[in-house]
Amino acid sequence: MNAIEVENLSKRYGGVHAVNAIGFIVPPGATLGLLGGNGAGKTTTIAMMLGLLIPTSGRISVLGHDMAKNRFAALARMNFSSPYVALPSRLTVRENMEVYGHLYNVKGMNRRIAELARELDLGEILDRPAGQLSAGQKTRVALAKALINRPEVLLLDEPTASLDPDTGDLVRTWLEQYRAESGCTILLASHNMAEVERLCSRVVMLKKGQVVDQGSPDDLLLRYGRKDLEDVFLDIARDRRQAMPA
Amino acid sequence: MTAMFRRIWGLMYRHLALYRRSWPRLLELAYWPVLNMCIWGFTSSFLQARMGNPAVMAGATLLGGVLLWEVTLRSQMGMSISFLEEMWSRNLGHIFVSPLRPFEMVLALIGMSVIRMMLGVLPAMLLAWAFYAFNLFAVGPVLILFFVNLMIMGWAVALGVVSLVLRHGAGAEPLAWAFLFGLAPFSAVFYPVSILPSFIRPVAYALPATHVFEGMRAVLLQGTIRWDHLAAAFALNMLWLAGAALLFTRQFHAARDSGALISIGE
Repeated sequence: MNAIEVENLSKRYGGVHAVNAIGFIVPPGATLGLLGGNGAGKTTTIAMMLGLLIPTSGRISVLGHDMAKNRFAALARMNFSSPYVALPSRLTVRENMEVYGHLYNVKGMNRRIAELARELDLGEILDRPAGQLSAGQKTRVALAKALINRPEVLLLDEPTASLDPDTGDLVRTWLEQYRAESGCTILLASHNMAEVERLCSRVVMLKKGQVVDQGSPDDLLLRYGRKDLEDVFLDIARDRRQAMPA
Repeated sequence: MTAMFRRIWGLMYRHLALYRRSWPRLLELAYWPVLNMCIWGFTSSFLQARMGNPAVMAGATLLGGVLLWEVTLRSQMGMSISFLEEMWSRNLGHIFVSPLRPFEMVLALIGMSVIRMMLGVLPAMLLAWAFYAFNLFAVGPVLILFFVNLMIMGWAVALGVVSLVLRHGAGAEPLAWAFLFGLAPFSAVFYPVSILPSFIRPVAYALPATHVFEGMRAVLLQGTIRWDHLAAAFALNMLWLAGAALLFTRQFHAARDSGALISIGE
């Protein structure tokens, strides 16, 4: 069974197709990169996968649960992080973790918080209000929140946006380590091509709500005759070059 | 603790943790009810001094009205503002993708509403007893039924407000403060329904609070419990609550369909 299955998924607002009949699968333990320019449909796709948005048509299955019929069973086993969704700024980091520990019914919550604090280096900021943290600290806290329930599926929307290279690298290293240890399936929407090349075993390229290409980063580089994904991204975004026939 | 109760507690804990550290927040809860009680308490003392005995009972119904209206108002605001605080902190995205069901969120907001109402109204009740010799508990055990009815009406209005905020975003926020004030003139808080023009009376009788205040005056002035008014208040509350729940369900679905949940608060 695949961890994520998206079939013929569409979202239409009036006459505008935000997402148009896209489909992809993510096997358990894999990391899929969802790439595309602004307005390509990445956030809309993630919102539909989280049940925040009802698709116009199509089907999403996460961990075997149909998201249209049984989304709460899947939501308990997945989690999400985005720099564009905040945590209550007046609560301390520990309190935020406790809130989400309760919401996800985490067993041994205090032990789990201590574990995450150690692994993500949050020890010194656990009792500081979330609103007083730096961008890098906030990202690590958001990641800790996303991992509080040991998710089997993790959706990350631009997880390292606005981070300096050092912190960005720490987060990527930690994600690699977590995936290796837990076997978690990750879906990553990002504009950082180096990040995608490093983390993702497969990439889906979106443009104007449609899948324009997909494959492993190596496959795409080969097909477009490029040395890095950034050039492949630009080829697709600017209609510069078509993929070469296999 | 079952998973459901733990999720409800999780959302309540998010709000309680704020009050644990912030005395200005705690103070703010009691500020308006106490201020209101001061104004109406002195007004009632003035009337009693000028008019003698007849004004004593009028003063008592006035103070009873002030305190019980605060129950409705604080219940409604306690629920609406707890929801708005989630929106202002841009936290709703995380909450709606957690396993917390929408009805569990509503139960958590109701729990917060009860706590906020008690913290707001109890100091005002104490003030009324200490400074104006008005003891609301003298009404007897029926007071509990008055409280319950007024709280339910507050929750129904709050659920309506939350529904509109879900659908229309920040533009609907002012309703959290304004809506219930608009109902006050028709709720017979300080005067009986018979004072209202006859064409307005059907509107007044459609409000659950009207029956509670008519019942309160019957207890204070005649010493009788008007069960007919209490039954009408309960029946109307069930209708209001069912209407608000239907509105919430529809608007939540509409917000998920239109994408309003993604951008709410922006």
